[in-house]
Amino acid sequence: MENHRKIIAMTKLCTGCRSCEIACAVAHSQTKSVFQALFETPLPRYSIEVQHYDGVNLPLACRHCEEPDCLFACKAGAISKDLETGQVQVDLSKCVGCWMCVMVCPFGAATADMERGKAVKCDLCREREEGPACVPSCPTKALVHGELNDIPK
Amino acid sequence: MSDQVLGKNKPGISIDPATVQAHQHARDLDVTTIWERHEAMQPICAFGDLGLCCTICYMGPCRIDPFSKADIRGACGAGRDTISARNFTRAVSAGVAAHSDHARGICHTLLETATGKAPAYQITDAKKLKRVAEELGLKRDSSVNDMATQVGHKLLEDFGKANGFLNFVKRAPKGQQERWERMGVVPRAIDREVVECLHRTHEGVDADYKSLILAAVRCALADGWGGSMMATDLQDILFGSPKPVRSKVNLGVLREDSVNVVVHGHEPVLSEMLAKASKESEILEYVRSRGAQGVLLAGICCTANEILMRQGMPVAGNFLQQELAITTGAVEAMVVDVQCVMPGLAQAAAHFHTKLISTSNKARIPGVDHVEFDEGKALDCARAILRTAADNFKRRDPAKVDIPPQSMDLVAGFTAENAFYHLGGTFRGTYRPLNDAIMAGRLRGVGGVVGCNTVKITHDYNHVEIVKELLKGDVLVVETGCAAIACAKAGFLTPEAALRYAGKGLREVCEAVGIPPVLHMGACVDNSRILIACTEMVKEGGIGDDISQLPVAAVAPEAMSEKAVAIGLYAVASGITTFYNPAPRVLGSPAVYDYLTKEIERDFGAKWVFEPDAHKIAQAVLTHLDAKRKALKLAPMLYQEELARTA
Repeated sequence: MENHRKIIAMTKLCTGCRSCEIACAVAHSQTKSVFQALFETPLPRYSIEVQHYDGVNLPLACRHCEEPDCLFACKAGAISKDLETGQVQVDLSKCVGCWMCVMVCPFGAATADMERGKAVKCDLCREREEGPACVPSCPTKALVHGELNDIPK
Repeated sequence: MSDQVLGKNKPGISIDPATVQAHQHARDLDVTTIWERHEAMQPICAFGDLGLCCTICYMGPCRIDPFSKADIRGACGAGRDTISARNFTRAVSAGVAAHSDHARGICHTLLETATGKAPAYQITDAKKLKRVAEELGLKRDSSVNDMATQVGHKLLEDFGKANGFLNFVKRAPKGQQERWERMGVVPRAIDREVVECLHRTHEGVDADYKSLILAAVRCALADGWGGSMMATDLQDILFGSPKPVRSKVNLGVLREDSVNVVVHGHEPVLSEMLAKASKESEILEYVRSRGAQGVLLAGICCTANEILMRQGMPVAGNFLQQELAITTGAVEAMVVDVQCVMPGLAQAAAHFHTKLISTSNKARIPGVDHVEFDEGKALDCARAILRTAADNFKRRDPAKVDIPPQSMDLVAGFTAENAFYHLGGTFRGTYRPLNDAIMAGRLRGVGGVVGCNTVKITHDYNHVEIVKELLKGDVLVVETGCAAIACAKAGFLTPEAALRYAGKGLREVCEAVGIPPVLHMGACVDNSRILIACTEMVKEGGIGDDISQLPVAAVAPEAMSEKAVAIGLYAVASGITTFYNPAPRVLGSPAVYDYLTKEIERDFGAKWVFEPDAHKIAQAVLTHLDAKRKALKLAPMLYQEELARTA
């Protein structure tokens, strides 16, 4: 149950450089190149965001919850959870842009992409063979794609 | 990051087999070089790379999200346009400072020489001195040393004079001067422009991106038509104007049986003396007494170009090969001065017997022997260095030696004064034949391929591939700096290269005159020679009334340093459209990007083109030249189809 792989951030290592945000946007761009992605319309979106509160930097992305509020709120039936992998995914062909998921997510990890009319949240780079792009982009190795047990205490 | 993101369009570290072999040897010996360090530096911060990281004041660093459409502002209220324009302006002024401080040094050497304080030097090209003196309105009937003193003082004033404009600005064609006046960017004093750029980019001063870029333009012009031009001319006066000369290039020039001394950096003041001293019989005897057959002096980067152009000394390699010269294990001493000298040399040298010797009081490297160069005792200084190197010969460890076999013949030593005069032959020394060849469609135009190497791009790949396609397209290529060394290694700097690589029209021109299709014009300060050559083409007439109309283009496809940004900007501001890669750090601001790649053409008649792909750059250059030809209503190309597309 707890052993599903997700993006885990070690906040003590995060310097708040926001490189993960850029890597996420590039990974979700058409061209996959930072220089070219800037000239795309619409601009690519990122779904990890470095939050800063009370002296702690927290790169926050979808937690792929055990009982995802977004899934229950989605009237279009676009959100599903894979019980094998634990991933919560949005089927963009079904998403109608009602933003219910955006409103109910307790982490603020789902956002509204007004240009495309679709919800945006971390898809763990499902189309990227090497896995989530944010992880190798982190210069201090604060991000891990793994199970909670993998994290050094 | 992927190769694509880094702009690498061909896998592998280099297309040069000598570099690949030397790098493998370094790896076998566990020596870290720039490629491993660069790998370890990944991921590179995209905010910085896009010019959106501002570290100017101490409230930040602030950075702007490039993927947000919101008008994000840094703490002070500076947005993406201000921040990237400030970063760009600072890069330009640092580049200008480097070239111009080099010029200042040469100015002082000239004065010391003329006043007898530097007895090892002499005025070698009195003719050119006379010409410059006349141009500056000085008395030309005085003695050579008097004239040199006056020229030295007059030009030294250009660094900090209170009123007026730089002397050499008047050399530019009228069209350029008028544009500069209209835009308010005629450079005043060199130091002043650099200082003003630093002032404007200080926290809370200039926030308008266009006003910042125009300040950067004025600063860059103070380099191209100021510092760099001064350095070129004064070096010609002091050490002699180059003449065509044969030599060899690549790591294979190093000799197993000799004391190898590599000079690296930019200023020819010391290396000229090393060249002189290395031919002295006393030094040769000393070297032989230490068990070596002789002494071999070879260069890296622009020091190499300086002593190649004037002394025919062999070139060991370009920027990315500096550590590899040491890791051949066969270099007794590497003598460095300023610019492009990587601190990593010290770590490489620590694995070998090589003595790394810094000589400029402006550039020290921790853990390196420093021999402060005294111009008054220049020759003694050079001899001492050569003796140190000779003493070091016996410490060479044969087990660690691996000199790649590759070395290539080349012809260098072309200048604005002599290069195109060869086209006219000895008795008809003018630019007419060049202009005629362009007008008749034998030559499509002239391409200046210049600039550095960068570890972000497979070493030499862009230089070689682009030049190959330009030659095929009947473009006469002029080169400086590390670009020239890259093409020399590829064999383009031999007259025979015309038979192999040139299109029919270019081949006819090269065969008639006996020149290589790629002309080596010197070090990176010698890009000023290209400005003068363009001016001469305008003066000769028939292919444009100012530089921006000429069928010419500049290409810097492996740029790395701030100097390169300054050169790119003065080329554009002088009317030469410049194809540049990797782009300066402005991509994060659509406004700055648009100005540099589009609107600037309205103001200065030329623009930047940022394109990473070598083949696309080459095609874009050909298209650009065709568009210029079309605008001038020149005859169609004699032997080739013009490209249908217009730029």
